[in-house]
Order: sequence, then structure tokens, then C-alpha cells
Amino acid sequence: MTDFDITSQTMDGIGPHGTKVGLLRVLGPAHVWALGVGIVLVGEYMGWNFAVGKGGAYAALIACWFAGILYSCVAMIDSEVTSTVASAGGQYTQAKHIIGPLMAFNVGLYLVFAYTMLEAANAITAGYLFSVVASMTGHEEALDQRPFIILVIMFLAWLNYRGVLATLTFNLVITAIAFLAIIVLFLSTTGVIGTGMMEHAALFEGHELPYGWIGVLAAMHFGLWFYLGIEGTTQAAEEVRSPARALPFGTLAGIMTLLIAATLTWYVCSGVLPWEFLGDGVNGSVAPLFDTARLSGSNALVWLLGFGTLFATLASANGCINDASRAWFAMGRDKYLPGWFGAVHPKYRTPYRAIVFLVPIALIFALGAPLDQVITFSILSGLLGYTFMPLNIILFRRKWPLETIKRGYEHPFHPVPAITLLTLCGVTFFAVFLGYGTQLVAMIGFYIVVSLWFHFWRYRFVNRGAQFTMPWPKPRGY
Amino acid sequence: MDLWNWIEYGAWGLSAAFGLHMALDWLKTDSTYSEDVLTSSREGELEAMAEEHKVKS
Repeated sequence: MTDFDITSQTMDGIGPHGTKVGLLRVLGPAHVWALGVGIVLVGEYMGWNFAVGKGGAYAALIACWFAGILYSCVAMIDSEVTSTVASAGGQYTQAKHIIGPLMAFNVGLYLVFAYTMLEAANAITAGYLFSVVASMTGHEEALDQRPFIILVIMFLAWLNYRGVLATLTFNLVITAIAFLAIIVLFLSTTGVIGTGMMEHAALFEGHELPYGWIGVLAAMHFGLWFYLGIEGTTQAAEEVRSPARALPFGTLAGIMTLLIAATLTWYVCSGVLPWEFLGDGVNGSVAPLFDTARLSGSNALVWLLGFGTLFATLASANGCINDASRAWFAMGRDKYLPGWFGAVHPKYRTPYRAIVFLVPIALIFALGAPLDQVITFSILSGLLGYTFMPLNIILFRRKWPLETIKRGYEHPFHPVPAITLLTLCGVTFFAVFLGYGTQLVAMIGFYIVVSLWFHFWRYRFVNRGAQFTMPWPKPRGY
Repeated sequence: MDLWNWIEYGAWGLSAAFGLHMALDWLKTDSTYSEDVLTSSREGELEAMAEEHKVKS
């Protein structure tokens, strides 16, 4: 049981419940927006176009909007729950309070794997971008990408180590530039500024749905790329000045930004690039927005979208380090993992041991694993996390009805968003199974094994009483 | 050796510098402060709940 009295009036130091060194509350809604959108926006710059390859341009648009509904449900549900949970760990902490320790342990692992894998994928992408720039500027040999992959991870980990305010202010600036680059490209290529170059009717003729409706279903897997990671805003809960206001504000502004960015991205790219080229993200269009800029013939647009691609990649890796380390830290603090990971730096006020510990893991995956496998593992972990959310919100509303805990945001039409989310998760699992069935089964097997390990061994070390220090009332019925 | 070869060396060097800085600071921090202080963090509190929350039976 607990080794200290959580109701003690004498142990309270700087922070709540005896905290002598805690995370710093310095962030505002703009930082929350930058964290969520920053992680995701790279998916607009590259990756989403595999959906075109699966089912054609219209299938990609349908997937984009259905995934948009899925993530709007995620954002609304997350905004309500997290506006009452002022603690690092995001969905892990929500699961701990609302469902139970085994669910929390699994959700914590989903988060750490999803973000660390995505960080590794971003570092690989950044290395590739440097090699493209090198060849475009006349470098004749193949560039060694490894130092650039390592530099991206080390620099961003160092930034995260030194403080959350500088880290997320950096994210805010580069994410805003990457988003504005998409807007400028849209205005420049659709005729609002200068001459329009959209050829949707000619490019789509005879290729409306090349693989029929099964192609639309298969495209759902990659439709997630437009929004994957927006749920990461919740990891900032212990570092925002006003969780009840900033978290819903930042998250909902983030999903609106992404819905706009995703639709504009689809529109400009599918109106310029033939679907066969656009849909081949390996040998065809690796970075569709950048390729569209190149076809525009404007050097300014090429530079702008080139920097936009690099900035989106860096912002995503940066946000992933922030989120993975908070989830790992929160699990360490509650002794779901060794308590040693629950340390906070007394000067920089960051979870420094969690940040440093995850660096070699990201490096191993970035340098030693193929990009598509790394990304698939990230998507599957994310999808398992989304499947937990409907269960989470239904139990939250049942155990703590609206009148028992004041929320910073109450999501409308409950339980419609929860049921919609669960249904769309089921569809997406089937879509993933069509393309990556083996990985899906292997990963579920992995989580079953670690669950058994947690249940039969690790749970005895968990701080069972001390892990609940938020002033929530008892759940209804207990 | 062209410019990109030098940039490669620069990237290796900067990576090592960032890694070394974190490692040294980590060792210094762990040896300066007690484990009780470093791991004393607990879940945060929510101002909206702390100020306005009313428990109903």
C-alpha cells in the first residue's frame, strides 16, 4: 500500500501532495495546439497519398472525411475527459482513474510505442529530406543519412530536456509556418492568386473508383495519416496554466485546423498529380505537396513547401518526444514501471530520465527498422488507443455524471460520438487487416504477453493508493 | 570533399555534443539531489475543480 499519507496537511511543499519538484505550469492553448497539430501535420506532407494508391483520389477523399469524423470524436471525447485530469500521461492517466490498472498499463504502452515509433519515422524522413536537398544542390555521391537522423533525435531530445516552454514555442513557430505553406500553395495553384492549374475533371475521368468500394475501405488505413496524433494534446495536462480551458481549446482548434489542412491538401495534390503517381508514395510522389509546388514552376513555392516539409517533420518528432516521455514518466511515477523514471529535473522541470531513456530506443528503430514497419506499428498502437476511448467516455459519464465533476468542456450528443468512434475503429481495423494482417495479429499478441507480465508480476509494485491524488469524488455506485 | 561532406561531419559532432551535454547534466543532477526530491512529483490539481467543484451525494 501507499508509503505516505496523501491527505497529509504537513507534507505539502511547492506542489500538491508533498511534491518538492514537479513539472512546470507554463503552457497556454497555443502550445497545446502546436503540440497536437505539430505531431500530425507531417501526415499532410507525406503518407496520406498511399490512400490514393489503395482506391483512387475519390476513395482518399472519402477516407479523409471519415477519418476526420473519427478524429473529431476522439478530440471531443478527449477534450471532455482531459479537462478534468490535470496530470501528465494523457489517456494512460484517464484509464487509470476510470477503468483500472491493466487497461492503464496497456494504454500507456500504446502511447509510448505510437509516439516513439512515429518519432523514429520522422527522423528517417528528415534524413531522406537532407539527402534530397544534397542531390538538388549538386552533391554527387549518396549522402550518408545516419548523422542527420541521429542529429534530429539528439537535438530535439536536448530541447525537450532543457524545458517544455522553449520546446513547444519552437513547435508553435515551425508548425504555423508549415500550415501557412499549405494555405499559400492552395491560394497560388487554384487561381485565387495568379493562374489556376487544377485539372480535377481531366485527371479523374475514367478513374473515379478504380478498385470499387473495397478500395475505399482499404484507403481508410491511410486516411488516419491526416490526423494521427492529435490526441497527444492531453500529455500537456500537467504543464498548462489552465487545463480546464487550454486543453479543450487547443485540441478542438487543432482538429479544426487539421480538417482544413487535410481537405486543402487533397484538393491541390489530386488536381495536379495523376492518381497513379500520387498514390505511389515510394517510387512516385514521396512528398505530394512538395511535388505540387515543383509542378507550379515557382521557385518561391518550391522553397516554401521544402521548408514546410522539413518543419512538419521536425515538429512531429519534437511533439512525439514530448508525449512519449510524459507517458513513460507518468507510468514510472505510479510504479507501473520502475519509479526511477518518475523523476523531474529540479532546474529544467522536465521528466529528464524518461526523455533520455527513450533516445536510444528511438535511435535503434530509426537506424535499424524499415520505415513502413515502423509507421505500421505506430498506427496500430494508435488505433488500439482510439478503441479504448469510447469505453472510457461511457464509463466516465456513468461513474461521474455531469453534475458530480465540473468539466472544462462537455461534448455534445453523448453517446453518439462514442458509438461512431467505436464503429469507425472497427472499420479501420478491418482495413488494416486487409493490408497488414500479420503485423496486426503479432502486435495484439505482444500486448497480450505484456498484459500477462503486468498482471502476474509487475502489479505488485504499483503504488495502489498513492497513484490517485486528484480530488475526484467517489465514483457513483462505489 | 565537398560542402556536404563537411556538413555530415558537423551533424556527427553536434549530435555528440547534445548527447554529451544531456549525459553530463544527468549525472550532475543525480549526484546533487536526493532521490526523494527528484521523484517527489505527484499528480497535478485542477483549478476549476479545486475552486468550483462541489461533491453531491
